[in-house]
Amino acid sequence: MDVILFLVFAIIAVVCAINVVVQAHPISSAVSLVGVMGSLAVLYLLLGAEFLAAAQVIVYAGAVMVLFVFVIMLLNAGAESRKGHSLMVQVLAVPLLVTLLGLLAYIVQRIYRSDTTVHFGGFTHGTPQDVGRALFTGYLLPFEVTSILILIAILGAIVLARKEID
Amino acid sequence: MEFVTQHPVLVVSLIKIAIALFVVMTALAYLTWFERKVVARIQSRWGPYWVGPHGLLQPLADGVKFLFKEDIVPPMVDKVAYVLAPFLALAIALTTLALIPIGPATINVLGQPTQLVISHSNIALILLFAISSIGIYAVVLAGWSSNSKYPLMGGLRSSAQMISYELPLSLAIAAPLLLSNTLSLHDLVVTQEGGIWHWNVLRGPFPQIFSFVIFLIAAFAETNRVPFDLPEAENELVAGFHVEYSSMKFASFFMAEYCNMITVSSMATLLFLGGWTAPWPAAYGSRFVPVLIFALAGVVALYHGIETLRRRDRLTFPVFGVVFLAIAGVFLLPMVQEWLLPLFWFCAKTGALLFAFMWIRGTLPRFRYDQLMGFTWKFLFPVAMLNLLVTGLLVAWFS
Repeated sequence: MDVILFLVFAIIAVVCAINVVVQAHPISSAVSLVGVMGSLAVLYLLLGAEFLAAAQVIVYAGAVMVLFVFVIMLLNAGAESRKGHSLMVQVLAVPLLVTLLGLLAYIVQRIYRSDTTVHFGGFTHGTPQDVGRALFTGYLLPFEVTSILILIAILGAIVLARKEID
Repeated sequence: MEFVTQHPVLVVSLIKIAIALFVVMTALAYLTWFERKVVARIQSRWGPYWVGPHGLLQPLADGVKFLFKEDIVPPMVDKVAYVLAPFLALAIALTTLALIPIGPATINVLGQPTQLVISHSNIALILLFAISSIGIYAVVLAGWSSNSKYPLMGGLRSSAQMISYELPLSLAIAAPLLLSNTLSLHDLVVTQEGGIWHWNVLRGPFPQIFSFVIFLIAAFAETNRVPFDLPEAENELVAGFHVEYSSMKFASFFMAEYCNMITVSSMATLLFLGGWTAPWPAAYGSRFVPVLIFALAGVVALYHGIETLRRRDRLTFPVFGVVFLAIAGVFLLPMVQEWLLPLFWFCAKTGALLFAFMWIRGTLPRFRYDQLMGFTWKFLFPVAMLNLLVTGLLVAWFS
């Protein structure tokens, strides 16, 4: 059952990810990205990280991507026009892509040997209590530093936006 | 039969889903009737009156009408998103209901003990949030794919509004969680057992009355109801994001809105109003309240049946009176009391909140758009933050 669910949602994730690039209209791309986020959340859930799965949906699918869609609609961005690709791109694209994927697969296999197998639901420390405890004990400093980083990013965005208005 | 014995959990789940779907669909239909009656009463009208006794068959007539209307797809729309949007709206609205428990009892179905909830989860509240946060795409996609100016404005407004009001909503939910210390909706109610002073809305060390009000305000905005129905403001945007929809596609949006109302009302009931627990312990006679209410309703109906304006009411009023009295009698049977009483209290509280939705719709005018955004960012959000802070401090102090 777990394997079937994994395969279904992994395929959905990959198809949606390809769709993000292939679609001409930005809204369609954004919606495909939501599909990627959603199926990733299901994969987290299958592995036992329930809080992470819910947070993934709430934060990425429910907030970040809504903002994306909002901005795209606000700017009324139209479909992008397709220009003919240059000869070099047409010839080299597929071999290069295959090489890249092969390299990635090779590296992943080298790093994670076959003795580190993943079990569905084998991870049992994914409850909100565990995540909260981890954030406020072992990972307190990174957690706080990240929040300051986000604050800086917000300030930067405000400064940039103000310059535009003036 | 072999399949049933091999997969008991699956079969029981399917039975529960079928029952829940039937009940919810009927409830949705009659919620429209109820709303029209309530608003009509506020505006000194009769409301639906002629289809069936007191317009009770009006939802059925509306459903038939929706089914037989022509399903128009405007020529310039984005077909995929246009068809997906109403489906998404209804599917997500119905999915959230699967997580809501309606009673404490475990009943045996096919020898399988099962709770009065379709899907039990320890983080039900977060899941509920996650699922309902997807619902916004239905409105946004409907607005965008219609390829016309009013729906686009409606979609824009709704995405901005829903993101903004989700913040106070989640902060308002976080505060009672500090008191109850659990994310499971079932356990949340268990911590509030024992009478009205144990409910989160009145419970010490810091009564969550502010959270409750903030939650209700934000919930009105999240469900696009008056006075926050800017995405479908009739006098500005014709009908907002669903202008271009007709027939069952329009009905899907309509049903999704009512379904979301049921979801947030039951969420408020579970979080703040003690879920299915009675306002005072059964030892002091709280189990006779439903009997009393239904018996009273029956007697009133019978009394009105003596002298009526219309001839057919001479038949309908006594029938309703007898039905109500029969329901009152059912509540006296000891073998069903165990699960019927919690169900009654849950439905009564949720129903009271749903009535508040309609009451406010009939009472308040719509906000202006800048007022709407200013209200949440400059008032609601800071107040919710402060409330959470005070609750956290007091809970830490007293525990």
